[in-house]
Amino acid sequence: MFRFLFDIDTWQELKESLTKNKLRTVITMIGVWWGILLLIGLLGSAKGIENKFSVQFGDYATNSVFIWGQSTSMAFKGYQEGRFPRLKFSHLEKIKNQVRGIKFLLPRNARDAQVVRGVQYASFTMSGDFPLLDQIQKKNLIAGRFINRSDINESKKIAVISDDVVKQLFDADEEAIGDFIKINEISYKVVGVFEQGDFDFGGQLHIPFTTFQKVYNQGDNIGWITVTGEDGFNIRQLEKDVKLVLKNLNYVHPDDNRAFGSFNLGELFERFEGFLMGMQFLTWFVGIATLIAGVFAIGNILLITVKERTKEIGIRRAIGATPFEIKRQIVIESIFLTIIAGIFGIISGGWILIAMDSAYGSGPDSVLINASVPIIVVFISVIILVVFGTLIGLIPANRATSIKPIDALREE
Amino acid sequence: MGDSSLHVLKGINLYVEKGEMVAIMGSSGSGKSTLLNIIGILDELDSGEYTLDGIEIKDLTEKKAAQYRNKFLGFVFQSFNLINFKNALENVALPLYYQGLKRKERQEKAMFHLQKVGLADWSTHLPNELSGGQKQRVAIARALAAEPKLLLADEPTGALDSATSQEIMQFLQQLNDEGKTILIVTHEEDISLMCKRIVRLKDGVIMEDKKIKQNRLV
Repeated sequence: MFRFLFDIDTWQELKESLTKNKLRTVITMIGVWWGILLLIGLLGSAKGIENKFSVQFGDYATNSVFIWGQSTSMAFKGYQEGRFPRLKFSHLEKIKNQVRGIKFLLPRNARDAQVVRGVQYASFTMSGDFPLLDQIQKKNLIAGRFINRSDINESKKIAVISDDVVKQLFDADEEAIGDFIKINEISYKVVGVFEQGDFDFGGQLHIPFTTFQKVYNQGDNIGWITVTGEDGFNIRQLEKDVKLVLKNLNYVHPDDNRAFGSFNLGELFERFEGFLMGMQFLTWFVGIATLIAGVFAIGNILLITVKERTKEIGIRRAIGATPFEIKRQIVIESIFLTIIAGIFGIISGGWILIAMDSAYGSGPDSVLINASVPIIVVFISVIILVVFGTLIGLIPANRATSIKPIDALREE
Repeated sequence: MGDSSLHVLKGINLYVEKGEMVAIMGSSGSGKSTLLNIIGILDELDSGEYTLDGIEIKDLTEKKAAQYRNKFLGFVFQSFNLINFKNALENVALPLYYQGLKRKERQEKAMFHLQKVGLADWSTHLPNELSGGQKQRVAIARALAAEPKLLLADEPTGALDSATSQEIMQFLQQLNDEGKTILIVTHEEDISLMCKRIVRLKDGVIMEDKKIKQNRLV
């Protein structure tokens, strides 16, 4: 049945009919090539945008919520409205005991920082942090280390600073680690430098939580807390539960929604994921529609071709070609064109992705990261193309053989 | 085209022996082309019977019809009907391709037949690089390539000037001398006189069927 595929004559015939009709060959191939190119371009860019998002969020425990105190909007238990409930360090243990599903509970403090080194001067935000921060919000350390346990225990005057701070306060050839900077008139030793990420809440300078407490007289007070949920726990429910405990501890009305503010990273992430899914769906939809359009282009051109070749087909049949042989030839042409054009599409699609990657794919401002298409997807789309190419090729093939040879020969 | 059942041939009784050279004459509308198409298994007959080399041609599938055409019949058309993107040799080799012959064998056979029509030197030329007479000779070589029982020529000289026509007819006579059965449809009197038998059609019936003394060309 498939012996003809290994017959040099089959390919000779194919080569003749394709090279002697260059224009239609080229036009047909452009249809498919364009479809595959678009599919790969679209899928690749979608993947690139997705990668970009996951790199941005990647360092962060995405099922996190930040909670801080604001002012009450309802009077409750003898207290007036407009009070400022405070988060206390002593609350943390109670929250942990009363709410299920908390993985990390991290207190943080933050304030403005005037940073001076020699004659250099700059304004930043600083925060007092625990070593745990590095687990929730992975710090990309370029040099040195992050805050550790002994820094906390001994309230050391050390600071971990961002690359941006280094750029503004140090010369290019100067080593920041081990040097001293003044933050709000107090000297700190630099022990680590980190690369600023896109979702770094809490500023460019980290000092030990206990140091912050003492220097700024915070006592038991906390600026805000970061709550990270265990896997499988809904972060929105967790936010509600923690807030309810906080309201209870601070004598705030349970329905008072203004007393504690929050920023739910998990919810944001969910929305992004929804957006990404929508985008992917759209990409697939457009891509497949384009592919189908490409296949129809093949069918259409083959149909026109068959019309053009009616006479040739008539001659072939008059000298003894069976309908099956005619059909086989047309279908082979269709498949061959599809595959070759598909391969060209894949190659040029790959080039486009490479070009996109080198144009927009690197640096902190990159739009796409590693725009790529899984090879299996490419493979499947080529198979789809071939299958549809065959089916669509059957239409003109059937038409070609439904005309009686005598009618075909009479056609001028 | 269409399904109109127009009765073109109304009772034809024709018997052609092996080795005959028959001219089928008639004005347009006489049914001579239809007769040729039926003989050539290009068209089907509505009623009656047609036996070719002892085989009854009836209710054939397209596949079978194609195989019979390939095996028994060689066609020569007025407008040559060469495939214009194939060169002379490839055109001649095409029926052999559909016979399933090996490439080398095909080339050899095709070359032999091209030689026979005197166009061996033109084998790599495309049809549009050939003159009308040369084209018709390529077409004859193609018709002969499959070594058919019967050569069917539909106005073979219709598109040629008289000198070239003579040349083609002379060649057909030669073929006939070698024993090939030839059927020529024509409306030209002088062409018919070069055959051995003339069948005149009018309005779908045979008006006259006579053997003649062949006008030999030298």
